[in-house]
Amino acid sequence: MTTNRIRHIGLCLAGALMMYPLLWMLSSSLKPGATVFTQPGLWPASWDLTNYPDGWTALEHPFSLYLANSFVIVILSIIGNLVSCSLAAYGFARLRFTGRRLFFALMLGTMMLPGHVLLVPQYVVFAKLGWLNTYYPLLVPNFLATNAFYIFLMVQFMRALPTELDDAARIDGCGPFRTFWKIIMPLSLPAFATTAIFTFISVWNEFFGPLLYLTDSELYTVPLALRQFMDSEGQSQWGQMFAMSFVSLAPVIGFFIAGQKYLVKGIATTGLK
Amino acid sequence: MALTTASAQVVPEHPGRRSPAARKRRGSGSGRHREGVAGYVFLSPWLLGLMGITAIPMLLSLYLSFTDYSVFSTWEDVEWIGLENYVTMFTNDPSFVRSVLVTLVYALVMVPLKLAAALAVALLLNRAWRGVGLFRGLFYLPSLLGGSVALALVWSALFAGDGAVNEFLSFFGITGKAWVNDPDYALGTLIILGIWQFGAPMVIFLAGLKQVPVELYEAASVDGASPWRQFWHVTMPMLSPVLFFNLVLETIRGFQSFTSAFVISNGNGGPVDSTLLYTLYLYKRGFTEFDMGYASALAWVFLLAIGILTVVLFSTGRFWVHYADGEDR
Repeated sequence: MTTNRIRHIGLCLAGALMMYPLLWMLSSSLKPGATVFTQPGLWPASWDLTNYPDGWTALEHPFSLYLANSFVIVILSIIGNLVSCSLAAYGFARLRFTGRRLFFALMLGTMMLPGHVLLVPQYVVFAKLGWLNTYYPLLVPNFLATNAFYIFLMVQFMRALPTELDDAARIDGCGPFRTFWKIIMPLSLPAFATTAIFTFISVWNEFFGPLLYLTDSELYTVPLALRQFMDSEGQSQWGQMFAMSFVSLAPVIGFFIAGQKYLVKGIATTGLK
Repeated sequence: MALTTASAQVVPEHPGRRSPAARKRRGSGSGRHREGVAGYVFLSPWLLGLMGITAIPMLLSLYLSFTDYSVFSTWEDVEWIGLENYVTMFTNDPSFVRSVLVTLVYALVMVPLKLAAALAVALLLNRAWRGVGLFRGLFYLPSLLGGSVALALVWSALFAGDGAVNEFLSFFGITGKAWVNDPDYALGTLIILGIWQFGAPMVIFLAGLKQVPVELYEAASVDGASPWRQFWHVTMPMLSPVLFFNLVLETIRGFQSFTSAFVISNGNGGPVDSTLLYTLYLYKRGFTEFDMGYASALAWVFLLAIGILTVVLFSTGRFWVHYADGEDR
């Protein structure tokens, strides 16, 4: 009994410590900008909701533009990943063809490949294609199934479905495409949901790609916009900066609450973050 | 979903379970051919990506690493300079040496502490009681948010001279420094930010702990083993494949950290290069100084280093990773 209580108290303390930075951010966004560093404690001594509307318009463009940009990229990335990765996964999990094993091994190999090796040449190629300052460099790779983690996740899922389903479909005259479309895809929806949620969170937080490819502030995504608060440093802006930081994290927290089940299964299967 | 643990092997196919009718059909030439073609059709986006986004750029990067290419040069005046980039790196580039050291310290300190935190909390959460799901969520959430710009901004404020950390320390009469601006401590704040994100390996540990058969603990306690000995002689061996998986994954991930160091140091790896992670140095050389040939050479050294590290990890795994089926892998 007492060990249980100790365990409980320990967990509560650790949980409070873990949540502190997030709560601190929320609380700072509600304090008048000048008091973020002078007024101790999480509970604001005086409340100031103006950080939100002020922060919204503090940068070159209204924050809604950055949010809209990020949403466009995220939605298209999700579509790209779902289509291209599920096609590849079905091929790997269910079809037989020469070279399948070799390709599967290559696919697993690309999961370990550090992306930095590809940065310079990709930049060079995208520059020659005239794609700098467009969303193509951020989107096209997702339509070409370059994120092997999602393929692997879907392969794992599809292999666990009984093969009798495919056989029955084949006997009824379905080719591989109809089998995929009518049978495997509807049954794989949980894996699709996991992929969609992970894509959402990682693309939403993605900083490096936009930093490299987007220079026109009209195209900026939320993370790039947030960093501008750091560049234009003025004490009075701290409150606004944290207000917009909170706005930027809200969709992730929302998706986390809605999709916790899928997230937990997803990382347990592939080690995705 | 067949919830396999991270370490569990790939779900096997069921070649033996095809119905006779299907097997017969499979044997017929045209059906097989059709499936073969279909396979490539299904794989075509991925194959295109493998070639265009991965393989060709990789080879191009290898080529560029032997040149003095910068993005402003036309292909005609790219000069082949042989191994010069690599020679410079190892003989005449203090920033390179610095970035290697910073990255090694970062990964070697951060990864073990992160995994220890993940394991400790997973052990505490591995009981069914009310509220366990809430706690799991609380501990997991930071790993989703930690890589974001927002959290990097929060971190640089928390560890600023007049930030919340020093406010807390002042209760104990300690006057803290401006941690993020102090060359001796700036990397430490990044390490703490890394550890804070232990949620992902924790969830993997939890999945692994669920797979440990209860009978083993029962047998051990019948034999009078203390909880401490049960941990070392039952939990740890049974969990070692999961630990190994987490170790490989987090090490590789640790070496590739970028965003928080970039934001906290305002893009330059400062103060005094104390947070100049390798990826940050690569970015600076390639995309602010436009030494793209040199940056490509840096990238290939990075690739080889991670490759060697992975091989080393796998070869040590032989000695301490215990697989329940007794197979030697």
